[in-house]
Amino acid sequence: MSMTLATEENPWARGWRRLRRRKGAMAALFVVVFLIAAALLAPWIAPYDPTQTSFTQVRKAPSWLHWFGTDEVGRDVLSRVLFGARASLSAGLVSVGIAVGAGVPLGLLAGYAGGWVDTVLSRVVDAMLAIPFLILAITLAAFLGPSLGNAMIAIGVTSTPVFIRLTRGQTLGAKVEDYVEAARAVGNPHWRIALRHVLPNIVPPLLVQASLAIAGAIIAEAALSFLGLGQQPPAPSWGSMLNSAQRFLAQAPWMAFWPGFAIFFAVLSFNLLGDGLRDALDPRHK
Amino acid sequence: MLVFLTRRLLQIIPTLILVSMLIFGLQQLLPGDPALIMAGEERDPQVLQQIREQYRLNEPIPVQYFYWMKGVLAGNLGESMRLKASVASLVAEKLPVTLQLAGMALLIAICIGIPAGIISAVKKETWWDYAANLFALWGLSTPNFWLGILMIFLFSVTLGWLPASGYVRLSEDWKMSLATTIMPAFVLGNALAAVLMRHTRSAMLQAMGADYVRTARAKGLAEGRVVLKHALRNAMTPVITLLALDFGTLLSGAVLTEQIFTIPGFGKLIVDSVFNRDYAVVQGVVLVTATVYITLNLLADIAYVLVNPRLRG
Repeated sequence: MSMTLATEENPWARGWRRLRRRKGAMAALFVVVFLIAAALLAPWIAPYDPTQTSFTQVRKAPSWLHWFGTDEVGRDVLSRVLFGARASLSAGLVSVGIAVGAGVPLGLLAGYAGGWVDTVLSRVVDAMLAIPFLILAITLAAFLGPSLGNAMIAIGVTSTPVFIRLTRGQTLGAKVEDYVEAARAVGNPHWRIALRHVLPNIVPPLLVQASLAIAGAIIAEAALSFLGLGQQPPAPSWGSMLNSAQRFLAQAPWMAFWPGFAIFFAVLSFNLLGDGLRDALDPRHK
Repeated sequence: MLVFLTRRLLQIIPTLILVSMLIFGLQQLLPGDPALIMAGEERDPQVLQQIREQYRLNEPIPVQYFYWMKGVLAGNLGESMRLKASVASLVAEKLPVTLQLAGMALLIAICIGIPAGIISAVKKETWWDYAANLFALWGLSTPNFWLGILMIFLFSVTLGWLPASGYVRLSEDWKMSLATTIMPAFVLGNALAAVLMRHTRSAMLQAMGADYVRTARAKGLAEGRVVLKHALRNAMTPVITLLALDFGTLLSGAVLTEQIFTIPGFGKLIVDSVFNRDYAVVQGVVLVTATVYITLNLLADIAYVLVNPRLRG
């Protein structure tokens, strides 16, 4: 066994090598790193305080002083887009973190245990998936109360059933593989088989799904903030910036352009990265 | 077939019950006294007492659920505190608006997505294919509320061709009705077109590799005929069933699109009810949405079996 391992390339190294060959995915990865850096470094790189209003600088068009222009109360749009990246990216990461953290263990349980546990969990998943994604997220956020934290919880809970279903399906497939049979034959306890033998083998599809789910979560957070159910003013978020921009379309179109462009770029990158990961990690895809 | 139908029908019952429990359970998330929240601005103790009695808030939760469900099954989805109207009548009033929007969006999506999918599959790995794939990525990544705002800026504010908001019923003035709904329908259809293009492309690629296509080619049929008559007809089956699943995407999209274009449909009803803390309406509307979605899925499954003789068994 160790001999074949020594000659065969580590699957992660192979995945990375294949991902690197994909220009679209690598460009997307670059944009993702760039966005994360912008979000982390916002306090240092933003030219202005994102909440600082100025009555002499109301709705100024883009200029050297304000690259992206200013908004209806004279705040710098570039600074707000940079700080807004914090809300959007953290919402994407935290809500998918919640969905993975809850969905993967439950999916493993359903797929591995089978029987009534599986039946109950699968029916709950069906029920949750029967409510359109954004409608469930809005409803949950509305009942929890408007705040960025609650929006993350709402999006996280809404994204969970997809991960339960995916993990369950993959676990059912892995359960009948020879290596799991072998692990069982040598007397491993169930939890050890599930965590050490099944889980590592189903990580690639989960990673792909996570990347696509982050894209979905960023759009959902922007949508909730647009409706006033996410990040609360005056803290900046791309969605709420678009909401106020809509009222000044005729006078200050730049207010609508930049935050929307930021959402588009972030979502496009995670979608492309997800597509690239799927092509790179799928062993059937040569 | 009968066995399949019965089994499938029996399967949706537990799902529907769980959906109703989920929607009812949302009420428990509300912080504080639900009667106080449901009353909104109202602080009159008599009104609060009436709400408590009406929703049986003093009874245990399972009992509350039982009475709520009993009402739902009798077609009573509750009352809107704000609009003083039954939720069922509100749904009946708003649903046609959203259905018109969704129908137009679907038409736009089909007109763009299916030809794009066919072309990219037939011209695999050429610039046509790359362009179609880029279009799909654009459609999947553009937030529809941003696209809506950009279109208003271009076609209403700058060019002045179309009204920026509002809605006219189809029966009142069909020209104005189309003018008020064409932009939102396009915004809504854009994302779906991308999904459809991807489905069509992969279904077509699969069909083009099948034996019957090779046979058709070997018979000496023209390539156009092979693609359209033999490959497309078989490829469309999974695409059409997937359309039913995408109905949820349309409803989700309608929420924001109707908000931006101020169209008084189903989606706007949800958002308005959320903001006015009209929770009975939110629950009723979500329940109706889920039921429609589950029913569509069921119909899609049945259609799939009907057109696929091999599955009939």
